Amino acid sequence: MSSDEIKRVIIIGAGQAGGETAQRLRQAGFEGDITLLGEEPHAPYQRPPLSKKYLAGELTMDRLLLRPANVYAEEKIALLTSLRAVWIDRAGKKVRVEGGRELPFDALVLATGSKPRKLPLVGADLAGVFTLRTAADIDAMKPHFVAGKKLVVIGAGYIGLEAAAVARQLGLDVTVVETAVRPLARVTSPEVAGFFLDEHTRQGVRFVLGGQPALIKGSDRVTAVGLTDGTEIPADIVLAGIGVNPEMTLAQQSGLTTENGVITDAQCRTSDPNIFAIGDCAARPISFFDNRLCRLESVHNAVEGAKIVAAAITGGKPPALEAPWFWSDQYDLKLQIAGLFQGYDHIVFRGVMTDRAFAAFYYQGERLIAVDAVNKPAEYLGAKMLIQTGRTLPREVIADETRPMKELVASAK
Amino acid sequence: MPKITYIEASGKEHVIDAPNGQTVMEAAVKHAVPGIDADCGGACACATCHVYVDPDWLAKTGEAGSMEQSMLDFANDVETNSRLSCQIKISDALDGLVVRLPKSQH
Ligand SMILES: Cc1cc2nc3c(=O)[nH]c(=O)nc-3n(C[C@H](O)[C@H](O)[C@H](O)COP(=O)(O)OP(=O)(O)OC[C@H]3O[C@@H](n4cnc5c(N)ncnc54)[C@H](O)[C@@H]3O)c2cc1C
Ligand code: FES
Repeated sequence: MSSDEIKRVIIIGAGQAGGETAQRLRQAGFEGDITLLGEEPHAPYQRPPLSKKYLAGELTMDRLLLRPANVYAEEKIALLTSLRAVWIDRAGKKVRVEGGRELPFDALVLATGSKPRKLPLVGADLAGVFTLRTAADIDAMKPHFVAGKKLVVIGAGYIGLEAAAVARQLGLDVTVVETAVRPLARVTSPEVAGFFLDEHTRQGVRFVLGGQPALIKGSDRVTAVGLTDGTEIPADIVLAGIGVNPEMTLAQQSGLTTENGVITDAQCRTSDPNIFAIGDCAARPISFFDNRLCRLESVHNAVEGAKIVAAAITGGKPPALEAPWFWSDQYDLKLQIAGLFQGYDHIVFRGVMTDRAFAAFYYQGERLIAVDAVNKPAEYLGAKMLIQTGRTLPREVIADETRPMKELVASAK
Repeated sequence: MPKITYIEASGKEHVIDAPNGQTVMEAAVKHAVPGIDADCGGACACATCHVYVDPDWLAKTGEAGSMEQSMLDFANDVETNSRLSCQIKISDALDGLVVRLPKSQH
């Protein structure tokens, strides 16, 4: 369908990707109907602060919103909250919502995000066991986040470790249980993981690495986490941080191609040309990485998907793409990541970990593929720029700290 | 409430009532001022909220911190009055602040 035949756009999922899509469609001059459907009660909001400043009580909900709720009406975006889409009729080009109403579309955008994995354990439904995905999750957990309470975090990914950091700062007693032998095993190198392990340990977090949770104990509320080796870790609160699954129920029901995510092309089009998929629920080819299909869970990916779809629907100029980027705040550490580190064979450092300011550059042969920069923003931005312009620097050159990063980037080929 | 004037690269002006405690970036984004992308939502992670502070106001906004300065070094068309607007907190002292926006954030 050509762009001038698209009069009605429905976006399912009013999260970061969905919210940005609606806004960017209007910015791109789209004048047709936009319906933005979300099952949460809020206008689109940012999730990153949930495990950071919102959990710490430093930000209120109104400041998480991408835009104030009244802006949607002003821009003639029909924002329907607390409403779930339950069926896609691809042939009839309609979406059915809870209650049975059917809404017609010319173009449909799936921005359904991801859902936290539930602990596959007896006791996982006890009061005091939480996941960390929505504002409602934090609102439920926050009253228990008080000094002296015992928190057990299951899973040492970025979100779990961010929550652990906030908990320590609020004076909770924190244990992190991780089945792998090191934290952050899926997302960074052993070296950088070791740095974060040491930081958290110094801040008083206890780690049980290689620990296998067996059950959550308690009669009405959680009292402990039991491990397979018989160890019991007393707990007032348990936070499950064992990752997310892409939310693909509607895509699967309607027969779109899915794997670990709704599969799309570089324009974010699914196997049905009238349906796009973006954000956490989708996997698209990433040009900087040989068009490898990637399902990324990041703000960058959500926003970029929104820009791509807005351009595709309006027939506008596609956005300049960025190398994937992500950040994480723990204590006073700002970790900034660019690129994708999977498949690296060399790691080069600038700065030293003991200064709590260093960058780890990941190389595949001669090619720079990613950076993890802790309190080193120039190294992060410099590497990001190199990756997204397809340039690299010899490893011994990037390690030369006597030359500023900016100068090195300018000299790169 | 303090008023802030944002001037797009094209010269178009937006005068906005900006609540104390929020940042110059947030007030712009909430009112859809074009030209401030602010992809990271103020985490000092994206450098897409670059503005030029009107020289008369530089004393009041203060200077960029070291993290912010390193990020700015990589932004396009950086000037001595460049700031990341997510790092400028709004207060009564900034009532009347004028910032200009760069041609592009990327
Ligand atoms: C605690 C936390 C911290 C994070 N920190 C960072 C960070 O520091 N940096 C970073 O880059 N990224 C971070 N992320 C990841 C980032 O927030 C996500 O990648 C991003 O929110 C994905 O946006 P999305 O719109 O695809 O999905 P979501 O934001 O999950 O939005 C999807 C929405 O669709 C709704 N929905 C699903 N199915 C239906 C349906 N059938 N009908 C109606 N509505 C539906 C969902 O309820 C949800 O509201 C963090 C995420 C979390 C949870
Ligand atoms: S909003 Fe991202 S650095 Fe300011």
